Amino acid sequence: MQSSAFMSRKEIIGFVILAALIFVIFPAVLDNFRLNLFGKYLTYAFVAVGLALCWGAGGILSLGQGVFFGLGGYCMAMFLKLEASTPENTAIQSTPGIPDFMDWNQLTELPWWWEPFYSLPIALIAVVAVPVMFAFIIGVAMFTRRVGGVYFAIITQAFAAIMTILIIGQQGYTGGVNGITDLRTLLGWDIRTDEAKTVLYFVNGVLLFAVLLVAQYVRKSKLGRLLIAMRDQEDRVRFSGYNVANFKIFIFCLGAAFAGIGGAMFTLQVGFMSPTLVGIVPSIEMVIFCAVGGRLSILGAVYGALLVNWAKTSLSESFPELWLLGLGGLFIAVVMVFPNGLAGVWSEKIEPRLLEIMGKKKSVAPAPDGAPAE
Amino acid sequence: MDERFILKVEDLTVSFDGFKAVDHLSFYVEPNECRVIIGPNGAGKTTVLDLICGRTKATEGSVVFKGKELLAMREDQIVHAGVGRKFQTPSVYEDLTVFENLELSYPKGHGVFGALAFKRDETVRARIKEIAQTIFLDGQLDEKAAFLSHGQKQWLEIGMLLIQDPELLMLDEPVAGMSVAERKKIAELLNRIIQDRSVIVIEHDMGFVADIATRVTVLHQGKTLSEGTMDRVQNDPKVVEVYLGH
Amino acid sequence: MFADYSMSELGAIFAMQGFAGLILFSVFVLMALGLAIIFGQMGVINMAHGEFMILGAYVTYLTSNLFGDYMPALFGTYFFVAMFLAFLASGALGLFVEWALIRHLYKRPLDTLLATWGLSLILQQIYRSVFGAREVGVTIPDWMMGSLPLTDLIEVPINGIFVMVLAVSISIAVYVMMFRSTWGKQVRAINQNRVMAGAVGINTEWTDRLTFGIGCGVAGVAGSAFTMIGSTGPTAGQLYIVDTFLVVVFGGAGSLLGTIASAFSISQAQSIMEFFLSGSMAKVLTLLVVVGILMIRPQGLFSLKLRK
Repeated sequence: MQSSAFMSRKEIIGFVILAALIFVIFPAVLDNFRLNLFGKYLTYAFVAVGLALCWGAGGILSLGQGVFFGLGGYCMAMFLKLEASTPENTAIQSTPGIPDFMDWNQLTELPWWWEPFYSLPIALIAVVAVPVMFAFIIGVAMFTRRVGGVYFAIITQAFAAIMTILIIGQQGYTGGVNGITDLRTLLGWDIRTDEAKTVLYFVNGVLLFAVLLVAQYVRKSKLGRLLIAMRDQEDRVRFSGYNVANFKIFIFCLGAAFAGIGGAMFTLQVGFMSPTLVGIVPSIEMVIFCAVGGRLSILGAVYGALLVNWAKTSLSESFPELWLLGLGGLFIAVVMVFPNGLAGVWSEKIEPRLLEIMGKKKSVAPAPDGAPAE
Repeated sequence: MDERFILKVEDLTVSFDGFKAVDHLSFYVEPNECRVIIGPNGAGKTTVLDLICGRTKATEGSVVFKGKELLAMREDQIVHAGVGRKFQTPSVYEDLTVFENLELSYPKGHGVFGALAFKRDETVRARIKEIAQTIFLDGQLDEKAAFLSHGQKQWLEIGMLLIQDPELLMLDEPVAGMSVAERKKIAELLNRIIQDRSVIVIEHDMGFVADIATRVTVLHQGKTLSEGTMDRVQNDPKVVEVYLGH
Repeated sequence: MFADYSMSELGAIFAMQGFAGLILFSVFVLMALGLAIIFGQMGVINMAHGEFMILGAYVTYLTSNLFGDYMPALFGTYFFVAMFLAFLASGALGLFVEWALIRHLYKRPLDTLLATWGLSLILQQIYRSVFGAREVGVTIPDWMMGSLPLTDLIEVPINGIFVMVLAVSISIAVYVMMFRSTWGKQVRAINQNRVMAGAVGINTEWTDRLTFGIGCGVAGVAGSAFTMIGSTGPTAGQLYIVDTFLVVVFGGAGSLLGTIASAFSISQAQSIMEFFLSGSMAKVLTLLVVVGILMIRPQGLFSLKLRK
C-alpha cells in the first residue's frame, strides 16, 4: 500500500514498450524519409508531455505552447544560420558574413542580440533558458494575480498571436514569414545527410525519454499530487500553507522548457524554423496531441502526437479537404466522446479484456494499483 | 495586555461596493479558548473568517495574531503563522486518497523544491496513521476521497487541519449535515483538541454550541450584538429579538 | 516626421486616422457584441464565433447575387434583407450547436473552448468546399459608394459611416434586449443564480439555447455588415477571434458598456499607433498593452467587486 515508488510495474511496461517502438521498431520498419518524419512528430511530443503536466494534472490550459516551441527552435536555428553564413558562403551578398535574409532586408550589421549565438554552448542553454524566461515572466504576471482557467487560455493565445506578428513583421531580424531556412551544418557536421538525420532521430528519442523521466518524477512526487489538488480545490491547497502561484509558475516553466527542447530538435531534424510553428493554430493543435493521448498520461501524450501527425500527413497527402474536417471532428470527439483519450480507452476497454484473457491462465488477477492510467 | 490574547481583531471592516459586510468589528480571543460565532444568515460570520485567513482583503482595521499583522500577509503565510481554516462545504481533494489528502497537509515540503524532494518517511506515515485514527478514517486510507460520505469528508478536512497543528483553528459549520451521533463525536474531539490551541467556530446548532463554547460572539449586520458566556448571550434581550427568538 | 506637413494637412491626417479608428471601433463592437452575450452572460467560450460571422457574410453574398440576378430593381435594398437572413441563419446554427455540443459542456469551460475550435475548423472547411478558397466580395449598392467630403481635405467613405450607424443601432438593440426584455431579465437571473432561477420557473435550458442562438445571430449580422467594407474568405473569421476575445475580456465580461468602451480604446490606440509605427508593430504594442493591463486588473475594466 501507499507505494510512492517511482514507477509501478504497469508503468515500467509502458515505458519499455514505447522505448522498443521508438528505438527498435520504427528504425527497423521505416525508410529514411519516414523515420525523419516520425522524428519530427516526436518533437511535438515534447510539447504534449509538458501539456499533460500543466493541463492534465494542473488544469492550466496554455494555448501558447507554440511560442515556447518556436523560441527553442529559433535559438537553435540562429546558431545554425550563423554557422551557415560564413563570409565565403555569402560572398555574393552586399554585406557578406550575415544571414541572407538580413542582407535582403538591407541590414549591414549583425544585430547585437544575434552575437551570442555564434557559440554552441550559449545557443544550447538558450534553447531552454529563453522559453523558460518567457514562461516565468508570463507565469509570475498571471498566476500571482490569480488569472486562471479560460482567461489564462485566451491570454496565452494572445501571446501566440503577438509572437507571430512580431516575427513576421521584423523580417530583417527574424527571417519573416519564411523563417530561418537553409541550415546546413552543426560544428561542421552536415545535418542534411540521411546518416545525420538517423543520428538526430536517436538523439531526439533519448532526449524525449529524458523528458519523460523528469515528467514521471514530477508526477510521482508530492508536487504531482499537489497539482491535482490545486486543479480540484485551489483554495484548500492555499489554506494548507502552499503558495499556489509558485507551483503553477514552476510547472508552466517546466512545460516551456520541454517545448523549447522539442523546438530545437525540430530545427535540427527538419532544417528550418518558421512562424507557422509558433502561432495560434499550431499551438492549439499541440493541445489536441495531448488530449488525444489522454490529458493525464505522459506516455499517452507521445502516442497522441505520433498518431495525430501521422494521420495529418497521410490524410493531407491524399485528401487535403478531409483533414480539416477530421481534425475538427477530433477536437469535438476528444471532448465529447472520449475525454480520457487513448489512455482512457486503453485502461477502460482494452486492458480489462487483456487481464480477463490473462486471468484465465494465471487465475490470480493482479490487484489494481490505483495509479492513473498509462 | 498583549500576552493575554492570541488574536486581536480591531475595527475590522470590509465593504463590497458600499455594502459593509463586516462593520468596524472588534473581538479578542485568548489562548486555549473556544469562541463560537453565531448570528443570522448574512450577519458576516463567514466573511470574518475569510478576512482573518486572508481569503478576502479587508477595507480597514487590523487582525493581529501572536503579534503579527495578518492583513498584510498572503494566505499561505498566514497558515505558516499558525492559523488553520475549515470551509463550510467540505473541501477535500476528491481525486486523491485519504492518505494523500492528509499527506499534502503535513507541514513539510511546502516550497516548490521541497515538494519535489519530499519523501514519505516513517515519521510522516506514523503521523498520518495517528491522525486518521483520531478522525475514524484509519480503515479507509487508500480510498479516494470522492467515495467518502459527506460526514466523513467533514472529518477528513478536520484531520487535514489537525495534521497542520495550528495554534488557531477556525471551523465554519463543522457539524452541518452530520448525524446526531457524529455531532457528539465532533464535540468530544473539539473539547480534546482545544486543550492546546484556540478555536473559532461558526455554528447554528445551539446544543452543539453549548457543548463546546468557552465564549460566544453574536454577530448582526456585520457588528457585534452581544458577547459573553453562553448563558449570558442566551438571556440577552437583544439577541433573543434578532436571532434566538424565532 | 511632421515637418513635411502643413498644419491643416496634419489636422486632416489626424481626422482621417481618427475616422479609420472609428470604423475599426465599429468592427470591434460588432464582433464583440455577440461574444459579450455568450461569454459575458453564459461564460461560454465560443472559438467558432468568427465562423458564425463569416456565415452571415456568405448569406449576404448569396442574397446580393440573388437580388442582382432576379430582382435588380430592388437591389438597393437587398442589404437589409440580407442582414435579417444572416441573423436567422447564424442564429439557427447557434441553436443547433448549443443543442448538440455546448449544453453538454457547461461545467467544462476549457473543453468548450477545444470543442468549439474543432467546430470552427469544420465550418471553415465547409465554407471552402461550398464557396471556394478565394475571397468573395459583394456588390455594394450605388447609394453606399463614394464618400462625403467634409472639408477640402477630409473625406469620409459612406460605407464606413453606414457600418458605424449599424454598430450603434445593433448595440442599442442588444442593450434593449438585455435590460428591457423578459428574456434579458431571465438571462441575467440565470447568470447570477442558476438553481434559483430554475426554481422560480425560468426554463433555464431553453433560455441558454436562446441566448447562444441570439449571440450567434448577432455575430451573423456583424458578418453581414463586414461585407460592406471588405471581402469574405473561409478563414477570415479566425483572424478576428483573438482580438474579439481581448475586447470582451478587457471590458470586463458581463458588462456591455465595458465591451463598447474597451472596443473604443483598443481601436483608437491601434489606429493612432499605426500612423507612427508599422502596422504590425502597432498591433503588437496594442495587444501587449491590453495583456499588460489585464495582468494588473484581471477582472477587466468594468466589473464589480463582489462577495465570494
